[in-house]
Amino acid sequence: MGKGKGKSGPLARRPDNSAFKQQRLPAWSPMLTANTVLPFFYFMALICMLLGVWLLLTVQSTQEVKMDYTEAGTCDKCFEKRKNASNAAQTCSCTVGFNIKKALKGDVFFYYGLQNFHQNLRRYMDSRDDAQMVGKKRNLKNPSSYCKPFNMDQKGLPIAPCGAVANSIFNDSFTLHYLGSGGPVQVPLLRKGITWYTDKNVKYRNPTTENMTLVQVFNGTARPLYWQKPVYELDLLDSTNNGFINDDLIVWMREAAFPNFKKLYGVLYRANKPFTNGLPAGNYSIDISYNFPVQYFQGRKEVVLTTLTWFGGQNHFLPVAYLVTSCLILLIAVVLTVAWYKFGKNRKSMDE
Amino acid sequence: MTGYMETTQESARDKLVGEKERHVKANARDYNDKFSYADNHIKTSKYNVLTFLPINLFEQFQRVANAYFLVLLILQLIPEISSLSWFTTIVPLVLVLVITAVKDATDDYFRHKSDQQVNNRQSQVLIGGSLQNEKWMNVRVGDIIKLENNQFVAADILLLCSSEPYGLCYIETAELDGETNLKVRQALTVTSDLEDITKLMDFDGEVICEPPNNKLDTFIGTLYWRDNKHPLDNEKMLLRGCVLRNTEWCFGMVIFAGLQTKLMQNCGRTQFKRTSIDKLMNTLVLWIFAFLICMGVILAIGNTILESWSGRNFQVFLPLDEFQNSAVFSGFLTFWSYIIILNTVVPISLYVSVEVLRLGHSYFINWDWKMYYSQTDTAAEARTTTLNEELGQVEFIFSDKTGTLTQNIMVFRKCSINGQTYGDVYDEFERKVEITEKTACVDFSFNALCDRSFKFYDGSLVEAIKLEDPAAQEFFRLLALCHTVMPEEKSEGHLVYQAQSPDEGALVTAARNFGFVFRARTPETITLCEMGRAVTYQLLAILDFNNVRKRMSVIVRNSQGQIKLYSKGADTIIFDRLDPSSEELMYTTSEHLSEFAGEGLRTLALAYKDLDEDYLDVWMKKLLFASTVIENREDQLAVLYEEIEQDLKLLGATAIEDKLQEGVPETIACLNLADIKIWVLTGDKLETAMNIGYSCNMLRDDMNEVFVISGHTLLEVQQQLRSANEHILGLSRVGSAGDEKANMLADDSVFEETIIAEYALIINGHSLAYAMEPQLEHVLLDLACLCKTVICCRVTPMQKAQVVELVKRHKRAITLAIGDGANDVSMIKTAHIGVGISGQEGMQAVLASDYSFAQFRYLRRLLLVHGRWSYFRMCNFLCYFFYKNFAFTLVHFWYGFFCGFSAQTVYDQWFITLFNIVYTSLPVLAMGLFDQDVNDQNSLRYPSLYKPGQQNLLFNKRQFFLCTLQGMGTSCLLFFVPYGAFSVLVKEDGSHFSDQQAFAVTIATSLVIVTSVQIGLDTHYWTAINHFFIWGSLTVYFAVLFAMQSDGMFGVFSSIFPFIGAARNCLSEKSVWLVILLTTVVCVVPSLAVSFLRVDLFPTLTDKVRHLQRFRNKQGPQEQNLRRVRRTSSRRSAYAFSHQQGYGELITSGKNMKESTVSSACSPGRTPHSPTWIENMLKRKNEVSCISDERTGAPERSSRAERFNSTPTGLNLSLTNR
Repeated sequence: MGKGKGKSGPLARRPDNSAFKQQRLPAWSPMLTANTVLPFFYFMALICMLLGVWLLLTVQSTQEVKMDYTEAGTCDKCFEKRKNASNAAQTCSCTVGFNIKKALKGDVFFYYGLQNFHQNLRRYMDSRDDAQMVGKKRNLKNPSSYCKPFNMDQKGLPIAPCGAVANSIFNDSFTLHYLGSGGPVQVPLLRKGITWYTDKNVKYRNPTTENMTLVQVFNGTARPLYWQKPVYELDLLDSTNNGFINDDLIVWMREAAFPNFKKLYGVLYRANKPFTNGLPAGNYSIDISYNFPVQYFQGRKEVVLTTLTWFGGQNHFLPVAYLVTSCLILLIAVVLTVAWYKFGKNRKSMDE
Repeated sequence: MTGYMETTQESARDKLVGEKERHVKANARDYNDKFSYADNHIKTSKYNVLTFLPINLFEQFQRVANAYFLVLLILQLIPEISSLSWFTTIVPLVLVLVITAVKDATDDYFRHKSDQQVNNRQSQVLIGGSLQNEKWMNVRVGDIIKLENNQFVAADILLLCSSEPYGLCYIETAELDGETNLKVRQALTVTSDLEDITKLMDFDGEVICEPPNNKLDTFIGTLYWRDNKHPLDNEKMLLRGCVLRNTEWCFGMVIFAGLQTKLMQNCGRTQFKRTSIDKLMNTLVLWIFAFLICMGVILAIGNTILESWSGRNFQVFLPLDEFQNSAVFSGFLTFWSYIIILNTVVPISLYVSVEVLRLGHSYFINWDWKMYYSQTDTAAEARTTTLNEELGQVEFIFSDKTGTLTQNIMVFRKCSINGQTYGDVYDEFERKVEITEKTACVDFSFNALCDRSFKFYDGSLVEAIKLEDPAAQEFFRLLALCHTVMPEEKSEGHLVYQAQSPDEGALVTAARNFGFVFRARTPETITLCEMGRAVTYQLLAILDFNNVRKRMSVIVRNSQGQIKLYSKGADTIIFDRLDPSSEELMYTTSEHLSEFAGEGLRTLALAYKDLDEDYLDVWMKKLLFASTVIENREDQLAVLYEEIEQDLKLLGATAIEDKLQEGVPETIACLNLADIKIWVLTGDKLETAMNIGYSCNMLRDDMNEVFVISGHTLLEVQQQLRSANEHILGLSRVGSAGDEKANMLADDSVFEETIIAEYALIINGHSLAYAMEPQLEHVLLDLACLCKTVICCRVTPMQKAQVVELVKRHKRAITLAIGDGANDVSMIKTAHIGVGISGQEGMQAVLASDYSFAQFRYLRRLLLVHGRWSYFRMCNFLCYFFYKNFAFTLVHFWYGFFCGFSAQTVYDQWFITLFNIVYTSLPVLAMGLFDQDVNDQNSLRYPSLYKPGQQNLLFNKRQFFLCTLQGMGTSCLLFFVPYGAFSVLVKEDGSHFSDQQAFAVTIATSLVIVTSVQIGLDTHYWTAINHFFIWGSLTVYFAVLFAMQSDGMFGVFSSIFPFIGAARNCLSEKSVWLVILLTTVVCVVPSLAVSFLRVDLFPTLTDKVRHLQRFRNKQGPQEQNLRRVRRTSSRRSAYAFSHQQGYGELITSGKNMKESTVSSACSPGRTPHSPTWIENMLKRKNEVSCISDERTGAPERSSRAERFNSTPTGLNLSLTNR
């Protein structure tokens, strides 16, 4: 505005003749011309095509075995048993057999999957206390109100870990056997290191112990209602895998975005034969400790064995999507070219 | 006068309701206080320190959007439905409120300052027996105040006495009606001798008068004093806003003060102007709101169904609270939860961003040095910051004439003396040379008394004078003698002329420079300085000007005793009265006159006549007799004048230029090309207005017809309008008789546009008053819109506003009013956009205006460049903004179907908080501020580029629909592409990956990238700032993302930042980037293809010009070659005196002579000083004032009727021109 600049003289209020104030800043004004747009489209089509093909080839090398065990094998009786809530405390084991026709080569990952289980309901997702799980002492004894009604047990003891998410932890356990020629061999699974590094080391911490055992730390808290064992005894084999930093708990606590999801259970330990190259072809059976009820919500449970590539498991969506996109862009490009060549008024009328 | 216009006058108006009659007693404050009249304090500010916060917040929450967010905030505090944390709303809301509050506070601060400045002006008030200095605001009704020369009148006061004889005083009313010529006011004879303070102290008259009103030209009241009644009228009033001139001092009694003064009453209520985009935006926000509710209902129904079918089964894991135990109730809660989540479809930052854009655009207007006028050191100023984009949609311009189109300077350009023209300059090859600034002008140094500012370029005229060419001498002698100008010689040789019209001033000044200096006048003599010799002429009679006569004459006796009659007047009139001996000269002169007129000059013919003593004696006796008769005096005088003004000898003709402002015809031509209709509304007379119309190229000789509407009755006006209308339509029908289509379309509005023939409509104030009656206004409007040019002359300020209002009401078009005087204020305030010319006529118009600059020609740049850009930018901005918000928000809608309609958000809450105000605000602001589709030169060169704005093409409901549709499409792809990928996606180390947080980060990242790419595609003009903002925003997004999901943040606030590590784990995956890439491509490609097709197949003019511009840029900038508009016109000789009749008598009566200047040579034997003269003169003056009332105070029907009866019959012109 030129005001207050202390200028004087006859042209005191003359605005500055700067490129900015006169809106003459040097600028690049791109235009959608055929010279730029059409090559861009062809180029994009090509890129997508290449990516699609590459992904497709990669995906072809992966293998996946999926098995729904909700009522399979001997599990139907457990399924029936779990229908009755009063039997919740009783254990039930069952076995399911299956066959792998082609060996799964390389690292094999063992997932459990749930269908129609809404980990993404708002109230469910909110029903947790991150401050408690990061080991803050105050929150350990005073769980957030978001955890209601799973914050206190009937006796008024604070629940650790509180909330619906932790309460509903998936508590089936699996033992995989390879029924090879030399009799059944248990397939060794690594049950640790299956979480994100940040989760295991930052997001979930046990309350600082100060020479106390985990049991002492959690003294004065109650276990979640549906749990059979307290949080400090989740992994009886490995004392460092207990409390809030238990891998299974952490995996469960990372809520799935959609009602059908799978979560990592273990990774094949390939040190010993016959599993050094992965899972050989043949018959397998899984012993399942069948605890998790799914019939309430018409859910299904499954087990997935898969090998991975650099972009994940047997994921056909991305390659197909890329190929489809590529075709569509190509189609558009052709249409645009024709339109431009035949009907384009660009070259003729622009000079009017 | 700062701040006058911005007042809301409600308080004043409330008090008025009861006031039927005003009683004011002089020098009696106690008495007057009983009535509690408004004092002279003016307040335009809205807040003070204490009330600012509550009032401002209250005002802000009256805005629908703000109130809406407040409600949302409250909703969010209810835990059962709170799907978002409170900070997601409060952060943007507080930001918005603070920005607005700061802006309001600054505005009000300046209002306070200007109020203070006006209120603290000093005036001298008579209190307790002495004059005391008081601030304006302390002046009260009934006070007697003293005014000095060149002071502003502080309130509406009744003139009591003055330093001049007979209680006369002169005022300039420029602030009120825009006329710069002086006006005379005269005090009542009984009060005019109250010259000293003691007498004034004893004055205890009581005025009973009309209550405050807005009629500038009438005042009805009575003064009761010493048991006598004295009628008061407007001629005794000095109104606030006038300036006292040529009068040493005067005393007056305050009648109306402060907000009740006529000036303030005339200001009209300050309307809050909103742009059409504003209104559209409000509608759209309501639509969006409805849409939001629809979505909420759909999702709530979904929730209810789900709950009642299967939701119950999930209670093992997620028990419900007692009160939530019904599916319907759950749905109800879900509805509110979704309202909260989806609230971002109503963009909170929209209003603030729009304000910021407009502010920026205003600054660009202020900074434009192509709209800076160096001669007066004035830059253009956007005084309102809320209307910019409407400048790009203007369809009607209402322009004042004087001071706006013209400079209001008359310049003596050319003359024809005895068949010889002077004024053109020729080079050595006898070719006419265009006169420019550089042309050498004639040296007048031989004349010590010359006016240095006078410029003349033709040296031959001076030569002729020096050679003592008798005709040339007589010519200038005439100019020096035949006028009613008053000289003022402040110091020796320093002459100032007070002319009632600038024309006369120009002529006398011309004579002065050519050696015939008019130095002094007394009632009976005129003293000239002819070529250095002082010569005194005896002034025997002034045959005054009036509109019927269209000429004036003087009869003088020179020092040799010869008696001569000098006459000047309209050529047609003079030519009729010529002696046959002048016939040949008449033809030559006539040719010259045509030539002058063709150049747009105003002409007068000059003639003289020798009289012999005996004849004159007889005639003078008759005159004396006639001037004393009471009945038909006017007519008898006219007959006598007519008798003596015969057998004149032609001397020549003058040509005066009513100097147009620079570039006016070009500007008008250019705006016409942009389909903008320009109407001229002027207080000037018909002839003057037409003259200017011709010189501005608004009227042309090749126009098919120029309709002049000047009826005196409703019926007459109606008939004239109808016939004009039929003429146009009829002719067009005939013209296209063969074409059946045209007939079908005859009554269609489309038809209006198809008329090729050019018509012009000229209507005067009187007829306008009738034509604006409800039954005629449609006819008027139809006719006016059929015409290419509309000129309304003799209109009052209120009528100007009414005309604007009429168009506004019926045409649904954006109107712009431009003017420079206080008489334009009402029109400026009524129009959608008011533009003030900061010229010579005070600051009233500028202060009331939304934009101001120094020259009319800048209007072109304001509209075609700034307006167009503003509109273009604003539209692009809005389209993008709605697109962005829909794309952002609707993802939640799609997610609703997968998360059991539980109102789970897709994104991190922080992302929701920051998306609109941090991640995407700056690039779109940069686009809205700096984007240019076409540069300024091309915008000016192709005025047609302006048309899309008028047709509202760039942003309307359809565009809104399209961009929201695009937003919906984008949101859909944004959701479903990652959805497809995520259901099967696994991290490289095998850890599962389909979790909600990773999903959130992926979609958020895709969204930010897609919107950034889209803004890149929408930006036409990539400056460094755009680059900086776009790349910067992306950088900021990633920086904030990683910061918020860092270990540290989680360590401190574990429950507020639960997304710890999500970005790190997620964005380190190649597969995620593949998803993001795919999403971006599929979101952008369709819109890219569509825009390419549109540009390629259906290029708009903008696209073509852009194309051209690209090539031009490669070739380097070209010099812009503006076509010079050719002026063609027929001869128009107008006696363009704007002064009123009666000044001649005023002069001969000597009443306006100061004692010092009245020469002692005043012969005692002559009679003009006799009471009859004075009475006559006063009577006449009253008549004149009454007539001038009539011309302005249109609504008073009855008084008008009277006047029609009393004026000479049948002459429209005389009536309308007075």
